[in-house]
Amino acid sequence: MNYFDRFAIPNPSPAIYAAMVAIGLTVIAIVVGLTYFKKWGYIWREWLTTVDHKRIGIMYLVSALLMLFRGGVDALMMRAQTAIPDNALLDAQHYNEVFTTHGVVMIIFMAMPFIYALMNFVVPLQIGARDVAFPRLNALSFWLFFMGAMLLNISFVVGGSPDAGWTSYFPLAGNDFSQSVGTNYYMLSIQIAGIGTLISGINFITTILKMRAPGMKLMKMPMFTWTAFITNAIVVFAFPVLTVTLLMGTMDRLFGANFFTTTNGGMDMLWANLFWIWGHPEVYILILPAFGIYSEIISTFSRRNLYGYKSMVASIVIISFLSFLVWTHHFFTMGQGPLTNSIFAITTMAIAVPTGIKIFNWLFTMWKGKIKFTVPMLYAVGFIPIFTIGGVTGVMLGMASADYQYHNTMFLVAHFHYTIIPGVVFAMLAGLTYWWPKMFGFKLSERIGKWAFWFIAIGFNVTFFPMFFTGLNGQARRMYTYSEASGFGPLNLLSFGGALVLAAGFALIVYNVYYSTRYASRNIGSDPWDARTLEWATHSPVPSYNFATSPKVDSIEAFWDHKKNDYPLFKGEVEEIHMPNNSGIPFIMSCIFFVWGFSFVFSMWIPAIITTIAIFVLMAYRSFEKDDGHHISVKEIEETENKLRGGNK
Amino acid sequence: MSELFPRKQVMSFVFSLILTGVALTVYFLDMSFAIGMTILLITAFVQASVQLAVFMHAGETKDKGSIYLNIYYAFAIAIVTVLGTLLIMIWDM
Repeated sequence: MNYFDRFAIPNPSPAIYAAMVAIGLTVIAIVVGLTYFKKWGYIWREWLTTVDHKRIGIMYLVSALLMLFRGGVDALMMRAQTAIPDNALLDAQHYNEVFTTHGVVMIIFMAMPFIYALMNFVVPLQIGARDVAFPRLNALSFWLFFMGAMLLNISFVVGGSPDAGWTSYFPLAGNDFSQSVGTNYYMLSIQIAGIGTLISGINFITTILKMRAPGMKLMKMPMFTWTAFITNAIVVFAFPVLTVTLLMGTMDRLFGANFFTTTNGGMDMLWANLFWIWGHPEVYILILPAFGIYSEIISTFSRRNLYGYKSMVASIVIISFLSFLVWTHHFFTMGQGPLTNSIFAITTMAIAVPTGIKIFNWLFTMWKGKIKFTVPMLYAVGFIPIFTIGGVTGVMLGMASADYQYHNTMFLVAHFHYTIIPGVVFAMLAGLTYWWPKMFGFKLSERIGKWAFWFIAIGFNVTFFPMFFTGLNGQARRMYTYSEASGFGPLNLLSFGGALVLAAGFALIVYNVYYSTRYASRNIGSDPWDARTLEWATHSPVPSYNFATSPKVDSIEAFWDHKKNDYPLFKGEVEEIHMPNNSGIPFIMSCIFFVWGFSFVFSMWIPAIITTIAIFVLMAYRSFEKDDGHHISVKEIEETENKLRGGNK
Repeated sequence: MSELFPRKQVMSFVFSLILTGVALTVYFLDMSFAIGMTILLITAFVQASVQLAVFMHAGETKDKGSIYLNIYYAFAIAIVTVLGTLLIMIWDM
């Protein structure tokens, strides 16, 4: 039995046992359901083995939404625990585990897949391509991310959750202070998901550089594609740092290396340094696609072309470079001298300039536009003032000397939620609502969507604004409780109330999906928003080959010209289309990666060696496999096109 | 036949070997740390450039511009990262 003792939870509680039962029941329900409805073949053929960028995008989307709710429940638990002084809902250990999981899940397993969901679905359509450059690698990216996410998500029922914060600073994350396997889970699950992200980065850069429709020069790409391109460039330069850092951390924890130890020549502060060399560009990996989404939405619903296209492109390029020059501002108080802090304070403030240019460009796009306040536009308009509060407090935090007062307080927590929630969550909800008709062929209800927006916008501000005050009064972040004498009680209770309103907003979104699936009109055509970019030029739902004939582009808004000025967008004849074949290998390989990660977490070397060999065998198999894809005949394309046209009366 | 002879590649290969030889002298000859490090750094970077330009054909297609742009960008970020880290962890600690 000793062998299995390692899987036990170090700090059990009734809630965790309840979660175990719930997970078990869910798995049983899925298996029974799939068997009962005879859907195994369907799931395997249409989803698990698919290489279609649209389906992979939808799978990313579903995973991101699931993780959003997982992370959201964690957030509610934290707010509930701190709602009143000296609360005993969670003990210190569980609180540590909850805020660690909340951070990791929200950044790595919610925000990242959400941006890749929209990039996957939209970018190939926006550039008029049939798929991404490497469809099978794309499937591998998704499944690696998914297995990484699952690995982290079983941690709290098998062996213990990570509890050293999402930044996992050493020496706290070292073996001396984090004795459970939790931090191993952190290292390996992010490693596996990170490999997937790196592959995606290469894939999308190649796609955007090589597969644009004829005539679409770089400076004629839609803004979302531009931001996707720059984002993936940042991914390719930043993620290798994370890979190596996590590897070094894993070596320290599993093999007794001394990279980040306090003895034997190790340097614990190097972890913080390396983590943020990746971590700060990561912030821009999250925010740039959001900027792209807002650009599309603001332009569409202001009925105007985007103001200052060239300055928009220039500012995202400058942001991407500056994002690599500011990482020290995450640890101004670590002990380096004033010279270093001054340099990084200046580079930090410099980022406000290109960001400000973008804000003004959006305002000028709306200026004298015929604005339609649809749900996506509400999020975009709501984003501007809320994000500006986040930006202004960011400049406050960026002043190194003042940061000694703010750092590690709730002020910081409020600041980064004020940037990430409007910057990422609002953008993703806006993008989701905006592209939903293209994905599923019907619109989400505007009425319920607007209710959800107001619940979320108000709930968000009520939750996080009080934290600016409690933070300035000295409430530290990551503390599981506080005394009544501190006086933090009332504002924290208000914050909990806001969190409940926020949660109600998300519940409304779920209800909206259910309601609209049942009742929304399917008779909306392929361009329900009267939009301007190429993804709206094909049918909804999009056929597997995207465009029957490749669009020819000669302006930034070729589709708009096509609608308003009779520009001939599709000139060519229908020809046979060459498409990639489905493959089960990405899924199987990622399952093996899951077992590989699990084996390393628990230092089980025999399965670790076997799975390592299996991964290399699958890679070798791929090298020798002959797979030329398949062709869709002209007749089949014409039948599909006729059917889709008939369906879109 | 002379135009078929890969003169550039052969000469570069010999040059690579010479660079390796020079780098090896750091181990065999007794020199100060500073001089040894200088030799290693210079030979390493020249070696890497030869490999990229000659054997990995960086400059031979019409993608030349984007390939070099990519390399220079990576170089700039690497320098910033390394110098920044030295500044934070050693020079200004």
